[in-house]
Amino acid sequence: MRPRLHTVVLVGGLVLLALVPVAARLLDAPYALTLFARMMIWAVAALSLNLILGYGGMVSFGHAAYVGVGVYTVGILSAHGVESGFVQWPVAVLASALAALAIGAVSLRTSGVYFIMITLAFAQMLYFLGVSLKVYGGDDGMTLAHRSRFGGLLDLEHPTVFYYTVLVLLVGLHYLVHRLVHSRFGLVIRGARSNERRMRAIGFPTYRYKLVAFVIAGTMAGMAGVLLANFAKYMSPAFMHWTRSGELMVMVILGGMGTGLGPSLGAFAFLFLEETLSGYTEHWQLVLGPILVGIVLFARRGLAGWLEPGAGRHA
Amino acid sequence: MPESLLETEGLLKRFGGIVATDHVSLTVRPGEIHAVIGPNGAGKTTLIAQLAGELRPDAGRIRFAGADVTALPVHARSALGLARSFQVTSILPDFTALDNVALAAQAHAGHSFRFWRDARREAALQEPARAALAEVGLAGRADVPARDLAHGEQRQLEIAMALATGPRALLLDEPTAGMGREDSERMVELLRRLRGPYALLLVEHDMDAVFSLADRITVLVYGRVIASGPPEAIRAHPEVHRAYLGEEEPAGA
Repeated sequence: MRPRLHTVVLVGGLVLLALVPVAARLLDAPYALTLFARMMIWAVAALSLNLILGYGGMVSFGHAAYVGVGVYTVGILSAHGVESGFVQWPVAVLASALAALAIGAVSLRTSGVYFIMITLAFAQMLYFLGVSLKVYGGDDGMTLAHRSRFGGLLDLEHPTVFYYTVLVLLVGLHYLVHRLVHSRFGLVIRGARSNERRMRAIGFPTYRYKLVAFVIAGTMAGMAGVLLANFAKYMSPAFMHWTRSGELMVMVILGGMGTGLGPSLGAFAFLFLEETLSGYTEHWQLVLGPILVGIVLFARRGLAGWLEPGAGRHA
Repeated sequence: MPESLLETEGLLKRFGGIVATDHVSLTVRPGEIHAVIGPNGAGKTTLIAQLAGELRPDAGRIRFAGADVTALPVHARSALGLARSFQVTSILPDFTALDNVALAAQAHAGHSFRFWRDARREAALQEPARAALAEVGLAGRADVPARDLAHGEQRQLEIAMALATGPRALLLDEPTAGMGREDSERMVELLRRLRGPYALLLVEHDMDAVFSLADRITVLVYGRVIASGPPEAIRAHPEVHRAYLGEEEPAGA
């Protein structure tokens, strides 16, 4: 029994994340702030993918598409002079929800390999749509003039303010997912992962529940896209490329599918490895590969498996 | 004659050139055990799949509780009170026994688009689930992951899941499949207790069980009903002997 370790990591991690801006200032290392903000944004995206991949058993291989919809909505609005976050954010979240609804409604009629392929195909369609949008820079993408404006309420241009905004959203969304997966709704999608035929036989119209989960995940990924657009002040089809979707899956698997803290741990570990190893060699994924194989073979529940005994195993 | 609860009329299902269900008409009355027997490949499981809604018949009608359910999907039939167990054990292996049954109760306690409250703390789901577990004799195993239960216990769990859906009729596909003698006897006792409160359509290979439990028996051969009636009549039926029971006398005859 090690529930204590889990608590230590949770509280300790939160304190550390909260102290990053202070440390960055004291050590005169503003770069740390950028790095951790980026980690947390991808953690939001991984968190959303874990909801359907880890808890729902839906192997969506196109999750970066919804991140991209979030990025592009903010970017396009900004390009047309709509810089208010009160407009940008809700529109972006709604747009990614609609994209997930349309794609999910078709994809979830299939399963297994077909589901993987069809989600990938849809994501690539959106990627090439981005490439074809010459007005918005096409392949090269386009720079955003400003971050979202929230009047006098929140100045996202200020690095520390932006950092804490991301942190609060990450923590809030973690809590939301935590509630969700233990609710009636959460038990239904986890049950469908465990044995969908049985869930139908006891009376659940599983398709509807899976679709709603898919839309919730797409919406959260769109939120990650909103943050990413603001972080990078840049929109580009590269955010939607299928390798991005692959990286998100790696983060979720690395951190532990169907675990509470897994997605964040995975995102942090992945980007940390990228950050440190890519300093030595551009072929840093040669090191990541064996680590991933090791995790899949020996520690199915990923990094979080060491922290949360029982998590993921008993659904 | 009491009205029927579950009724099929001219049910027909073809797979390529094979007629798996050949104009089957049968009725299950409220509170009775109606057994369906037949040699391997007679189409018993195919019949259950059509009754449960997993397979769509090519022709014919299925009526349940006065409504035509022929076109209804599985979950809608479950909502009307038609529950089933599977020939090959089908449970949620990653969940505890209690979770399995509580989910079955949840499926029939309003919609599940509830995103916030901890479902495992809802007494309205936990209490009926514990009652159903107790009914099948698994009260002491509530917190064991379903995958770790013994085979016989998993079969009992299936019945508990079916019961927790608040059914009027149970479709049981070989509930004693793969069981040892002792487990088998316990299951027969359980089924005996269920007769009355529920109507049971029972597919079973264990002839001892069938002849001791069933109010009526239907014999299927190559998808066709060759005889239907009370156990004594089936036992004496010459065609049944020829086609199915062979030289052997049915057990208990």
